[in-house]
Amino acid sequence: MDFRIFFSPVPTGETTYLGWLLVGLRNTVALSLAAWVLALALGTVLGILRTVPGRGLRAFAGAYVEIFRNVPLLAQLFIWYFVVPEIVPGGHRFKQIDPFAQQFLASAACLGLFTAARVCEQVRAGIESLPRGQKNAALALGLTLPQTYRYVLLPMAARLIVPPLTSETLNVFKNSAVCSTIGLLELTAQGRQLVDYTAHAYESFLAVTVLYLVVNAAIQLLMRAVESRARVPGYLGSRK
Amino acid sequence: MYELDWSSIPGALPFLWQGMKVSLAITAVAVVAGIAWGTVLAVMRLSPARPVSLFAAAYVSLFRSVPLVMVLLWFFLIVPSLLRDVLGLSHATDLRLASAMVAFALFEAAYYSEIMRAGIQSVSKGQRSAALALGMTPLQAMWHVVLPQAFRNMVPLLLTQAIILFQDTSLVYVSALADFFGAAVYVSALADFFGAAYKVGDRDGRLVEMLLFAGAAYFVLCCTASWAVRLLRRRVLA
Amino acid sequence: MISVRDVYKSYGEVEVLAGCSVEVRKGEVIVVCGPSGSGKSTLIKCINGLEPFERGQIVVDGVEVGKRGTNLPRLRARVGMVFQQFELFPHMKVIDNLTIAQVKVLGRGGEQARKKALALLDRVGLREHADKHPGQLSGGQQQRVAIARSLALDPVCMLFDEPTSALDPEMINEVLDAMAGLARDGMTMVVVTHEMGFARKVASRIVFMDQGRIVEEGRTAEFFAEPKTDRARQFLSKVLHH
Repeated sequence: MDFRIFFSPVPTGETTYLGWLLVGLRNTVALSLAAWVLALALGTVLGILRTVPGRGLRAFAGAYVEIFRNVPLLAQLFIWYFVVPEIVPGGHRFKQIDPFAQQFLASAACLGLFTAARVCEQVRAGIESLPRGQKNAALALGLTLPQTYRYVLLPMAARLIVPPLTSETLNVFKNSAVCSTIGLLELTAQGRQLVDYTAHAYESFLAVTVLYLVVNAAIQLLMRAVESRARVPGYLGSRK
Repeated sequence: MYELDWSSIPGALPFLWQGMKVSLAITAVAVVAGIAWGTVLAVMRLSPARPVSLFAAAYVSLFRSVPLVMVLLWFFLIVPSLLRDVLGLSHATDLRLASAMVAFALFEAAYYSEIMRAGIQSVSKGQRSAALALGMTPLQAMWHVVLPQAFRNMVPLLLTQAIILFQDTSLVYVSALADFFGAAVYVSALADFFGAAYKVGDRDGRLVEMLLFAGAAYFVLCCTASWAVRLLRRRVLA
Repeated sequence: MISVRDVYKSYGEVEVLAGCSVEVRKGEVIVVCGPSGSGKSTLIKCINGLEPFERGQIVVDGVEVGKRGTNLPRLRARVGMVFQQFELFPHMKVIDNLTIAQVKVLGRGGEQARKKALALLDRVGLREHADKHPGQLSGGQQQRVAIARSLALDPVCMLFDEPTSALDPEMINEVLDAMAGLARDGMTMVVVTHEMGFARKVASRIVFMDQGRIVEEGRTAEFFAEPKTDRARQFLSKVLHH
């Protein structure tokens, strides 16, 4: 195995093969962050909707989760990239923007909405795991339902779901690789490029694997720090 | 405004069915092999022998840290040529299906191993003590007493993971991207249900309809399967 | 039959057994009693090697438990153990609970194992439940099946770890009666229990433990009439209220 190929220049000359990999890494991180922000925002709202008294709202959020959980991510991605621009009014304008932007936007939207369904379930589980008396106590004090959610339920639920959210964060990064299928040059796609151009398959895949492991480790460290900050003293799982 | 035209779907059904058979075949093999290998890994993980448990932990960690897409590409790019060299074969398509099954089994085993490990730990320690007290070896105790109970406790999770696996089989699509640079002969991609839908849609110029159809088909299948698992959980296992 | 000499055991920093020694002769029934946390359960689990110990020596029917090369499964097949939580295997029928060890550990044939199992179920009065699952039996019935399960291997001695502590009061007697029957038939038994009524009637000797040590030991009648140590006296006065 020859690892020096990483430092040879690419055919077009502007960077080394390692540079290509790092570009892929950058795109992976950017895509994952964009999708994760969307997923957290939308997922939290949906998770709340699944626990409120209104039956219509609960059903809507429930339907959302069922749809996005029962269709493979790849199919969803292709629908976003190939179908949505065709059937949504104004979609033809989408097809005229820069190709990379098309791929990135479709990927971010797809990954974001897909992950939102999973975040929704975590938020719901978090809220439902709180003792029923919490909500009643808040309401008895005269707080409105929105206030109850804002000041009592959500803060506690948020702390409880940090561990499962860690694995969701990791999932977002892993799922971003699926977007290589529509041509987005994220890390896995760049790995494949490397194999194509250098014919050094083992080294290329080793490098890509190592980079994913590094991202993994970084996320786990980060989330551990978040988790220790978020611990509620005296509650299960807290050290105090 | 795009005009939706569903007329190409009935004609495409036989081809789609071929693809579905591939999806189901990969799912079936990967579930069975994945649970078997995953159970072995879980038992290894709980072994008192350090090298054994470390290996299992490393394996599970590795496969759970990388994307399935990457593992599949790795398998499609490297394993067929490796196997060809080792076994002296030449028929590429067969190896692709086998490579896909092996890749899925090895990958999913990491996830199944975590489920089984939780299952094993959910069986009360007294059961193992009672088995040992009767003179069973630790392996006998695991096989006759702990694993049957662990398995039964985890059936809903094992089935849910199988549904996820079924959805993941759509990723064999990447075998189309795995044609080795410089390969002399163009080999058609291994087509599962999704891949078949894409191919037909692309060929007939009805990609939009085919993708929507495929999405709807997956939705109906997986929704039904999940509902069946919930029913099973309530009626039989409660 | 059973010889425990100077056994020490710790869980990390905590010393659970501190120099315990006791001799059990064939046919004797030893009752081990004492307050919670005194190490009684731990001691009994060391006898069949379910718990390892750091110092000391335990010999059961000539086999040294705790020595490196000892075939523990083979020894355990000859030492029966009954647990506080019964620990019947819930996924097997009652009859299968009794035959599995006979077949897999002793290598007996299926028919022979079945016959013995049914005979033992008869002996504890539960033959008609042979094809049921443990979950369908009451606690007292399950414990009697557990006793039969251990007897199926023809043990040379039996260990009981608080066999009635998890039972509702009305079921305690049926289990104690089964155990008394075993004692009458000459079985060597070591019983950890709080049931002092049983101890008084059935035990040959009483061993009193406190904080990991054997504080007092003596023949049953003497122990109850004239406990030699203060701790034993305190314990007896508290326990014998009912």
